[in-house]
Amino acid sequence: MAKRLDIKDLNLYYGKFHAVENVSLAVPPRNVTAFIGPSGCGKSTVLRSLNRMHEVAPGARVEGKVLLDGEDIYASTVDPVEVRRTIGMVFQRPNPFPTMSIRDNVVAGLKLAGVKNKKELDEVAERSLRGANLWNEVKDRLDRPGGGLSGGQQQRLCIARAIAVQPDVLLMDEPCSALDPISTLAIEDLITELKKDYTIVIVTHNMQQAARVSDQTAFFNLLGVGQPGQLIEVDDTEKIFSNPGQKATEDYISGRFG
Amino acid sequence: MNDPVVARRPARSGEPGAERGVPAAPHASEAPIPPTPEAPQTPKAPHVRPGDRVFRGLATGSGVFIVALIGAIGLFLVVQAIPSLGLDQVNFLTSREWNTSDPANLRFGILDLLLVTIVVSLLALLIAMPIALGIALFLTQYAPRQLARPFAYVIDLLAAVPSIVFGLWGLFVLGPVLYPVSEWLIEHLGWIPFFAKGNVNVQLGGTVFTAGIVVAVMILPIITAVSREVFERTPTMHVEGAIALGATKWEVVRTTVLPFGKAGYVSASMLGLGRALGETIAVMIILSTATSAFGWSLFDGGATFASKIALAAPEFNDPRSAGAYIAAGLVLFVLTFVVNAIARSIVAGHKEYE
Repeated sequence: MAKRLDIKDLNLYYGKFHAVENVSLAVPPRNVTAFIGPSGCGKSTVLRSLNRMHEVAPGARVEGKVLLDGEDIYASTVDPVEVRRTIGMVFQRPNPFPTMSIRDNVVAGLKLAGVKNKKELDEVAERSLRGANLWNEVKDRLDRPGGGLSGGQQQRLCIARAIAVQPDVLLMDEPCSALDPISTLAIEDLITELKKDYTIVIVTHNMQQAARVSDQTAFFNLLGVGQPGQLIEVDDTEKIFSNPGQKATEDYISGRFG
Repeated sequence: MNDPVVARRPARSGEPGAERGVPAAPHASEAPIPPTPEAPQTPKAPHVRPGDRVFRGLATGSGVFIVALIGAIGLFLVVQAIPSLGLDQVNFLTSREWNTSDPANLRFGILDLLLVTIVVSLLALLIAMPIALGIALFLTQYAPRQLARPFAYVIDLLAAVPSIVFGLWGLFVLGPVLYPVSEWLIEHLGWIPFFAKGNVNVQLGGTVFTAGIVVAVMILPIITAVSREVFERTPTMHVEGAIALGATKWEVVRTTVLPFGKAGYVSASMLGLGRALGETIAVMIILSTATSAFGWSLFDGGATFASKIALAAPEFNDPRSAGAYIAAGLVLFVLTFVVNAIARSIVAGHKEYE
């Protein structure tokens, strides 16, 4: 659990389009790393390359290395399905499986991994829902469909589903952008708690959120339309927001562009 | 207070007095109308653009037209069938006899036709459903994009092949090919009623078995096309959710595509079943006429509603005999309605993704 990620010379493509150029970055374990930057700068693309979701898109290509505790997840011997089982992901819009009950949603990953023991599944469901601060709200209706929950609850259900398999790394792609402020706060508190056990990478458009929840922040930018996105700088969150090393970063976080 | 929406409905109705009452029920804020009760027209009506009015009229008209048309067909069938039903010397629903050659002594019952129709259609459905599911999943999930498109066109082309061609193919190509298979099934599985030796010569291939397979090929395109469209619309966010949990391709299909597309697949199959029930020419050409009643064997011959009616066209000169066939047509009409109703209720039962 809680492994470190090292991204080395990562170049990402959609067909002929060079989406992200030469990203190198270290994500320490038990730590929250935030990716910030303007839309289209490739931060989500980089995030999706960390559990090999990027290549799901037709024509998408990856060059470079992503090391999970020193092992390249893009090595030819590695099965992408296995990578995704050890690196969990939470999406922008809550996406619980609508036909499954709350409980089945939480243990969906374990079931895919072949766990059949009902007692074990029940235990994991409770532990994960507690871990996602959702247990008290849903413990009486575990057999009801997950789609009946509120947006914030659904997103915590998705987090429970992601942590049920005890991943080495948890990736979050703008997990609060579809939520109201109270639900957002609940998720942010949860991220701070989850940090004790998991390595977390979060993409966010909300700079206050990056400042609140993350330990280090990576700023991505693109030089122009049609140009690949680039990693401008990565540093401790405190330093990025108080005294960034690059002018572009300072302009972005202070709301001045170009 | 001045709610412009409330006056829209009365704009077309005549009496100024009455129109105040009509919209009053849903809308309480109707104060502005009383001051002008004597207005010859309804000046407060919000402006409805002519384009809107024309379009609404056309749309409503089309809707009314189709309902009226179906009602008229049903009415026609009932009106034409009743006199003959009155002359029927045997029970219409339970008799297996069908003899309308003497208009003075009509003896017709639909049981045999009903059974043959249902068995042929269900056999076709049983064969077509899994194959269509496989093709639809292949096209949407597995086939490379460049291949999927032309492949889908080919499937759609299958729907454009005329019924008569399928019939000829079934009789002259498929029938002989199926002969050894049929022989083998009768010999080894003959103890199962479905595979028992039937009431027609298997060598000629004019059996329910052949007809079912041909109809299966005929309904394959519609089931495939509709299922494919439904599967294609599986929300990306759910597919990605499954992939991110470490689902393999098949597990993605099982956890997202199939639950999402289930209702659509079932209704596609019911569309196919509807077509199978009414399939006429191909079945008419293939099925051999049987002298004895249908005995539940796939190697029986006989006739379906549609093929029976088509075969009897020369008898229609006497309205009493024709009425017997129209009554059979009425049963087929009702049968397809029932199938559609069942399909609707199945679809309505799966609203999770709505």
